[in-house]
Amino acid sequence: MKNDYRSRNHPAWWAFLLHRLSGLALSVFLPFHFWALGQALQGEARLDTLLRWTEQPLVKFAEIMLVLLLAAHLTGGMRLLALEFLPWRDWQKSLLAWAAGAALAAGLAFALAL
Amino acid sequence: MEGRAVSSAGQGFAAGSVAAPGLSAKSEVWLWIAQRASAALLALYVLVHLATIIYAVRHGLSGAAILERTRGNAAGLAFYVLYVLAIAVHAPIGLRTLCQEWLGWRSASLNWFMAAVAVALFVFGLRAAWAVFI
Repeated sequence: MKNDYRSRNHPAWWAFLLHRLSGLALSVFLPFHFWALGQALQGEARLDTLLRWTEQPLVKFAEIMLVLLLAAHLTGGMRLLALEFLPWRDWQKSLLAWAAGAALAAGLAFALAL
Repeated sequence: MEGRAVSSAGQGFAAGSVAAPGLSAKSEVWLWIAQRASAALLALYVLVHLATIIYAVRHGLSGAAILERTRGNAAGLAFYVLYVLAIAVHAPIGLRTLCQEWLGWRSASLNWFMAAVAVALFVFGLRAAWAVFI
């Protein structure tokens, strides 16, 4: 058990956990996203009804979180691809910080555009 | 058991760290390759998607405004069909690994379930692209 704790109390473990949980959250969200877009089949008015529903503060907050999770999954995934496929360089140690920074920047850009 | 838990943490989400019955080692390798190849494509698609989302919320988020930009846009349709295909490959492989490592679901039924998830994601994704772009 002691080994388990030590192997997990590390930034790379938290990056792994965030990547997995963000992937799970995005997978759960996708069917709802596809369903919502499919409402356009019933015309603009139906889509507008749905868009008005998304104006609620709680839904807006959830949207920002989803964009943040999407950006985090993207940057975390790019970090993993770089680690797995590029020859090791010292700058790869900084990828965690770059990935976190880029994800936060994307989330902020979306939140400020709302 | 403890060794496996440590190995899980160390390997991150490497696909198929413990093979489910019903899939050969070769198939596991193909799943690993498919996961990485779709990830590389999705890196580009998600960047474009994020930029599109931010553009859309800045330029009108009404049904009419959205559909005016998308309807009849063949390039947009082609882009999103490929996007949906990459998602339908990438997400089920990741979920499969999660089910194996966290839920201990390693029977052959997992592979069938994830194949069904892949088909459902592809079909519903295509329906969504059709609704917005055609």
